[in-house]
Amino acid sequence: MALLSKKDANLILDPLADNNPITIQVLGICSALAITAELKASIVMSISVIFVMGIGNVVISLLRNVIPSKIRIIVQLIVVATLVIVVDQVLKAYAYDLSKTLSVFVGLIITNCIIMGRFEAFALGNGVWRSFLDGIGNALGYGVILIIVGFFRELLGSGTLFGIPVLGDPIAKTGLYSIGYENNGFMIIPPAALIVVGVIIWVQRSRNRALIEEA
Amino acid sequence: MNTEKNSYTVIFSIVMVMVVGSVLAFLASALRPRIDENERFEKQQNILYAMGINENTPDSGVNFIPTDVVEGEFGKYIKEQYVLVNGEMVADDQAFLVDMKKQLSSLKDGGEARLPIFIGEKEGKKSYILPMHGKGLWDAIWGFMAVDENMVIQGVYFDHKAETAGLGANIKMRFFMDDFQGESLLNGGSYEGVVVSKTNNDPLNQDKEDNAVDAIAGATITGNGVSAMIKETLKVYRPYLDNIRTN
Repeated sequence: MALLSKKDANLILDPLADNNPITIQVLGICSALAITAELKASIVMSISVIFVMGIGNVVISLLRNVIPSKIRIIVQLIVVATLVIVVDQVLKAYAYDLSKTLSVFVGLIITNCIIMGRFEAFALGNGVWRSFLDGIGNALGYGVILIIVGFFRELLGSGTLFGIPVLGDPIAKTGLYSIGYENNGFMIIPPAALIVVGVIIWVQRSRNRALIEEA
Repeated sequence: MNTEKNSYTVIFSIVMVMVVGSVLAFLASALRPRIDENERFEKQQNILYAMGINENTPDSGVNFIPTDVVEGEFGKYIKEQYVLVNGEMVADDQAFLVDMKKQLSSLKDGGEARLPIFIGEKEGKKSYILPMHGKGLWDAIWGFMAVDENMVIQGVYFDHKAETAGLGANIKMRFFMDDFQGESLLNGGSYEGVVVSKTNNDPLNQDKEDNAVDAIAGATITGNGVSAMIKETLKVYRPYLDNIRTN
């Protein structure tokens, strides 16, 4: 007996591939551009979103029969904002260093359209367990893209991974730099993220032609 | 239950706001003492970092004195704390808690300001540590600068609220902050400061008299903010610096 039924497993697996929030639904692009200049920030952001999205989807799903539909968007926004503030305060008190790294992303989590999108499209109409899986799945799908983009931008733009030089020293001209390689400064500015995301979309659609929209 | 009625919507909103409000208020007041303590330790770590009291090794990142010993070390190395009020020095052992942002904006409005100064001593050498506060690209940047009697920088610490990760946020990385060490703030007797420059043609930072350090690619506005912040600090502390200067 598998841990999850096939239907439930798909809630996690679909957003990782053929229903990815960034490359297929094109949501959450803003934070994908803003914070992927280095790998560490991408990972921290992914973990925060997994947390907020898993719990947020559960809360909205629990409340789905009592939320007045007229003000549901406001209710969703309050749930996200509250969760983010709780996370932020607890980290400030018990993991101060981590909270300093995260502080930049707090505002970005609240405005992340994937979160509101999943509340609205899934949690409002589905049970708690399935909503939880959907939240985790979409957050993972978002995180995977963030980490891929962060990996290439940091590697090609700064020649480092997690801040550690991996291609040699660009000033002393060691490693790859000794044969004339140069860091591409373009990769660390936000437009480069669009190009990397574009390449991921291209690769994904050429592997699975069913994803290509009719012109 | 009819959830579409206006009265239901109003009652729902009121209940929700009350629940959320009390949860957040409770959380904030319960965690406040711990958060305050963390912030106090951080300030002490930053001040000590600027004067070279840290656990850096040649290839490491930024390593502060551990939080569990920072209070004791702060008392050991920081010999005197003052606030500068209208050019007068007033001893104040809580000077490190002064909010520099408030003081600078009060000064701008023509009001009175209490500007903190810390005098540290390490291996018999005195450093004068000045807090700084300025604007980056997205939000505030701040830091501490330790200088000696010759107006040569002993060390700096920069921090920021929301500069771009991987670009402006790198002002708090060692490769950037270390460049300031040994830079002279003077240029032929006037307070020139140190600018973050894209054109100084000195990537290894060997020229310590050029009043410039190498900029971070992609972080022009944050870098300009750092230059402006140093200039501003020299301006407001000028009367004090004139007193301690020996050259």
